[in-house]
Amino acid sequence: MAIELLMPALSPTMEEGTLAKWLVKEGDTVKSGDILAEIETDKATMEFEATDEGIVGKILIAEGTEGVKVNTPIALIGEEGEDMSAPEPAAATEKPDDTPAVAAPAAPAVVSESAIEFAPSDTSPDWPAGTEMKSMTVREALNEAMCEEMERDENVFMIGEEIGEYQGAYKISQGMLDKFGEKRIIDTPITEHGFTGIAVGAAFGGLRPIVEFMTWNFAMQAIDQIINSAAKTLYMSGGQMGAPMVFRGTNGAAARVGAQHSQDYAAWYAMVPGLKVVMPYSAADAKGLMKTAIRDNNPIIFLENEILYGRSFEVPVMDDFTIPFGKAKIEVEGSDVTIVSFGIGMTYAMQAAEKLAEDGISAEVINLRTLRPIDYATILESVKKTNRCVTVEEGWPVGSIGNHLGATIMQEAFDYLDAPVINCTGKDVPMPYAANLEKHALLTTDEVIAAVKKVTYR
Amino acid sequence: MAVKKTSKKPNVSADELLGYYREMLLIRRFEEKAGQLYGMGLIGGFCHLYIGQEAVVVGLEAATKEGDKRITSYRDHGHMLACGMDPKGVMAELTGREGGYSKGKGGSMHMFSAEKHFYGGHGIVGAQVPLGAGLAFSDKYKGNDNVTFAYFGDGAANQGQIYETFNMAVLWALPVIFVIENNQYAMGTSQKRSTSTPDLYTRGEAFGIPGEIVDGMNVLAVKEASEKAVAHCRSGEGPYILEVKTYRYRGHSMSDPAKYRTREEVQKMREERDPIEQIRSMLLTGKHATEDELKAIDKEIKATVNESAEFAKESPEPHLDELWTDIYAENLPQETA
Repeated sequence: MAIELLMPALSPTMEEGTLAKWLVKEGDTVKSGDILAEIETDKATMEFEATDEGIVGKILIAEGTEGVKVNTPIALIGEEGEDMSAPEPAAATEKPDDTPAVAAPAAPAVVSESAIEFAPSDTSPDWPAGTEMKSMTVREALNEAMCEEMERDENVFMIGEEIGEYQGAYKISQGMLDKFGEKRIIDTPITEHGFTGIAVGAAFGGLRPIVEFMTWNFAMQAIDQIINSAAKTLYMSGGQMGAPMVFRGTNGAAARVGAQHSQDYAAWYAMVPGLKVVMPYSAADAKGLMKTAIRDNNPIIFLENEILYGRSFEVPVMDDFTIPFGKAKIEVEGSDVTIVSFGIGMTYAMQAAEKLAEDGISAEVINLRTLRPIDYATILESVKKTNRCVTVEEGWPVGSIGNHLGATIMQEAFDYLDAPVINCTGKDVPMPYAANLEKHALLTTDEVIAAVKKVTYR
Repeated sequence: MAVKKTSKKPNVSADELLGYYREMLLIRRFEEKAGQLYGMGLIGGFCHLYIGQEAVVVGLEAATKEGDKRITSYRDHGHMLACGMDPKGVMAELTGREGGYSKGKGGSMHMFSAEKHFYGGHGIVGAQVPLGAGLAFSDKYKGNDNVTFAYFGDGAANQGQIYETFNMAVLWALPVIFVIENNQYAMGTSQKRSTSTPDLYTRGEAFGIPGEIVDGMNVLAVKEASEKAVAHCRSGEGPYILEVKTYRYRGHSMSDPAKYRTREEVQKMREERDPIEQIRSMLLTGKHATEDELKAIDKEIKATVNESAEFAKESPEPHLDELWTDIYAENLPQETA
């Protein structure tokens, strides 16, 4: 039975091509691998190989023919002695089903469905009233959270530069080498790309790594492994395997360390589906969110801040204190304006709220805590009450978290707004070294106050 | 070091030879079919065929045991078939259908099987190598004697993360076999034009990783080398490098205009070194099998491949709901408290 040779698709985008040249003629015997023809695609001239043995019967498309559509029969291949003067009926040939060769875009139907889910706002307190509290720095809270989780699950281990014998460049892992030994507290060479890949592989293999980046700036060397390997594998494997792990370290500007050591990655990572992104403000946030992060079955980006490490906050004394992701905290209740912030941005938001109160402006301050998932409900409920919103973050203005929140508020609460949403951000410049310039590049409390006055028309 | 031929007279049984013949032939016929389906527009995007390189995975897999892991780049169909994944599921992933290993969401370059310990299928050149060392790390951490095969090509051998990984694999004595599948062309760039050292395995010497060159067109030579490397890794001696010299007959991907090498070069390799022909003639001259018996195997394999192609055509496209699944893993209530 003769087989129809069809015009092949020879590139991902080819829909038609030119049959430039036949290298065989009718009656030739061919075997698998022999070059039959040269075909010009949109990219190059390609050789078209035989995949079956047989005799070239009729050539249906002459050489030099342009615009031959993919899947058009171009020749017949048959066995010896077979009559191939006329094409076989289509039913006898290996024809593709009705799916077009280059799939037309699927009907948009469900696809435009919003990825944002607006669950009702969860306003429950993080800990029961009357819980005993103790004062603790963010640094101590992170250390305590990691120690508790490592005691709880022996598959949790920590890997990074200077975390063991040096006791941590920022002392977050202080004492952990003594407590857990070198099997579980692993000092690495200065090799972010490599050790991040190894940690992601270990997570595929069933462990739960905590990767410390000395600072998030250095994770740029490893960002391919974070996004292409850790974030996407669950999806690409159809749910068979993923990377339950935490990437953590200090993020954003410290003081006078210049452009390469002073960048906020919040918006970068918050864009990526498959990651969850956490940016704590207080010690209680740091503790409760870190414990949740280590237990989560997904890759978590945990953005800390050097300036906050040494600040003290009240932390509940509980056996097992965790904070769920996607639950913002209203740090200050107010009625005139909503200030939304996270991480170090919260220090400006809180100072601004205090000063604004002196001027008789009541600001509600929302601490987002996680940037993926984002607690949209709490923001929208607040904006519907105050009718005004200012977002505060340290990162650059273009494509910022504030941009995204502004767009979401506009879509979901346009009729409630009495003023445009203002995004307070760091300046659109690499971080300068000079003290005076650096001060101007960073966000200030005064800028937040000015923005609030603008949206409240004061 | 010169390319090592199998030193002794091959000490293999007829059954073993037939097994290799069958496995290599399955890969070849599967890939030819994939090429056809691509030409028909049923497979989209990028599709990198393994034709010519069959002896590499079949020989390496011959020395593995349950629990061993493997991870490779985007030229991955052969690895999946050689570790026992179902041709139907692989082909249906190539056509982007629900019955594929990744439910149609991964495609040719991104396929996985937790059951067969196949960890992909990675599209970023070289990224699978630290991941492979990480898999080996997880086995060492758990205290078992499993080994991981981390495959990469001569092209990936110039990525920096490979050497970062070599360093840590030695420091931490990770049970990982780095398999350099040297098919001599990184896409369209020959090894001569891309690589400062003629022998890639020697790059491990700077880190103290033992290694050797293997004739990748000879499945028995590959198997022998694999056994040696596996024994080294399993006994806790740390990593090992096998530079397996091989050749791909087809283009880098389906849209390769093949201007960087001559047709004669490809033809010569096919005629003189073909891995399947080598075993075939060994089977026939050693009187381990008759022409008719081999023909029967050919027929059986063709049927398996045709079945996989039929399955891949008939399996429905994934439901639109799949767009939104597998982005995040579920957390059990007790995990997050």
